[in-house]
Amino acid sequence: MLEALRSLNGPQTLGNGRVFWSGFALVSLIAIAYPFGFDPYDVGNTAYFLIWIFAALGLSLMWGYTGILSFGQMAFFGVAGYGYGVISINLAATGGMTLVAFVAAVGVAAAFAAVLGYFMIYGRVGGVYFGIVTFATTLALAAFMGQTAGPEWAIGSARFNGFNGMGGMPSLELPWFGEPVLLEGTPLYYAVLFMLLATYLGLRWLVNGRFGNVLVAIREDPLRAELLGYDVRKYQLGVFVLGSSLAAVSGGLYTAWGQFITPATMGLPSAAMPIIWVAFSGRGDLTATLVGTFVLLLSFQALTVYSQQYALILMGLLLLVTVLFVPAGFILGFGRRLKRLHDRVLNTERRPS
Amino acid sequence: MFAELFSIVFQFADVFAFLILAAAGLAIIFGMMGIINMAHGEFIMCGIYVTVIGVQNGLPLPVAQACGALTAGLIGVILERTIIYRLYDRPLDSILATWGISLIVTQGMLVTMGSSWPGIGTPTGSFAVGVYTFSTYRLVLFAAAVVVMIGIYILFMRTSFGTLARATMQNPQMARALGVRTPRVYAASFGVGAALAGLCGALYAPTMTLIPTMGITFIVEAFVTVVVGGSNVLLGTVPAAVVLGVIRTSLNAWHGQIVGQIGMLIAVILVIRVLPEGVSGWLARRAR
Repeated sequence: MLEALRSLNGPQTLGNGRVFWSGFALVSLIAIAYPFGFDPYDVGNTAYFLIWIFAALGLSLMWGYTGILSFGQMAFFGVAGYGYGVISINLAATGGMTLVAFVAAVGVAAAFAAVLGYFMIYGRVGGVYFGIVTFATTLALAAFMGQTAGPEWAIGSARFNGFNGMGGMPSLELPWFGEPVLLEGTPLYYAVLFMLLATYLGLRWLVNGRFGNVLVAIREDPLRAELLGYDVRKYQLGVFVLGSSLAAVSGGLYTAWGQFITPATMGLPSAAMPIIWVAFSGRGDLTATLVGTFVLLLSFQALTVYSQQYALILMGLLLLVTVLFVPAGFILGFGRRLKRLHDRVLNTERRPS
Repeated sequence: MFAELFSIVFQFADVFAFLILAAAGLAIIFGMMGIINMAHGEFIMCGIYVTVIGVQNGLPLPVAQACGALTAGLIGVILERTIIYRLYDRPLDSILATWGISLIVTQGMLVTMGSSWPGIGTPTGSFAVGVYTFSTYRLVLFAAAVVVMIGIYILFMRTSFGTLARATMQNPQMARALGVRTPRVYAASFGVGAALAGLCGALYAPTMTLIPTMGITFIVEAFVTVVVGGSNVLLGTVPAAVVLGVIRTSLNAWHGQIVGQIGMLIAVILVIRVLPEGVSGWLARRAR
């Protein structure tokens, strides 16, 4: 048990001490207890926030840990969303088949990421170019899906419906003893929460292991990493596929949650959102990304009630301010300050009197 | 037979002009400073709105178009002096900053201008070749694209500003040591890039319906042209626009606009696998 916990700690993440893990346990318990005493509608709404965090964690892994800035998170989100729709509608999926459709949709998006990533990474396109190509791909996909209005645009019995988006796919269902559980409201919240915890812990384990050390080495100096004998391209491609698949998980869950997906999720301004969450939170740390994304989604939702345009202006401003004044990110900066404070307190305690 | 041929050439010229005009401003800023201006679409939009408002207030179209380009250029210089110059050592962050600006401007326009605005019609006038008729304004656009490229050539290869700009591009430290005021060169180049974006908008303003998010119409084309062209405007953008223009024209004819756009994008992804530094990088390496 301790051994397992130790492999989650390391130099690549903030929060390795007893204080952090106690806090983590406390927050997890609160998250688990939260649905009791709250309206199932609110719980479903909270699940909606959690759904987006996968895409943010994937971007943090790519951008913060490996130094690949992808603007394409929403493209893979959309591919998985439409993929889930097409597969589940055509299979007329119920019960466990919906999960199969979900996994297949994520698989389709991952394959797409692998193809796109192969051409860019093995063409040694980096930095700025990587951003532009992923960006152009995202916008082109959105434009393409936007014009699929006629009945000729369909795969099997699943119609794309152009700008209005695709609807009518089933919710996810978890096969359970006897009766399958429909993942809506509270059950969906628990499913997403456990997936998120597993993803977060899994990524912590990954970045603090040997693989993560190589990623950080590539971020710091790709040439040096290569001269040390690592095939940089293989690692970059792997991370790109993994990070994009996490966006696909978000997309699949989102589509199943709302039984709806539109091309606008891939277009502007939507494509900028994962970048803003991760930049604001602090791309260099998974915990900061998790916390910051949740906070931003919550406040964005609260603001959108008044005016979506003003909320988006504020998001743009937030990105600008972050880049100009807090390049490492707000939550990460705050976390580092907390850590320094904590260390100082410890040092004074240990000092012999 | 001649009419068919002319029709194909005309369509190619139309796509070519669009690619050149949409990409020129972006390519200059990218070539000079290595940053991608994500607010490119908003500069184009600025050119469009100033032109339309000018015409609706009684200015002749060419004057209004000049105003559109100049306004965009001025805003570009101001933006460079206030925000962009802080980020030259962090190219990725400068992309994010311009993206933030782009979001603020688009949504701000939606708030202040509403979601649509009455347009101005395309200048009428057409000519016939065989059984087909063609819009004269499309020829004007093609001529404008050619003039823009010649203008860029003269500006960067034949003027003292061009010499300073190329020196700064090649080696900023050395240029500064020799007395070039590099911040001014950067500001001016950013201004030129923004003004060209504004000009693109101004030229296409009469052909479009006005919505605040219309910048999107241009940016995919602009971005892929710059990716294929690489960092040198003169060596890269023109050949890239020719290649992409051919691909796009044939795909458009075959299956419509959107297939043309997607096909172009696929072509780009294939091209960067072979020529990661774009056409201009490849040409430069061959010349060496």
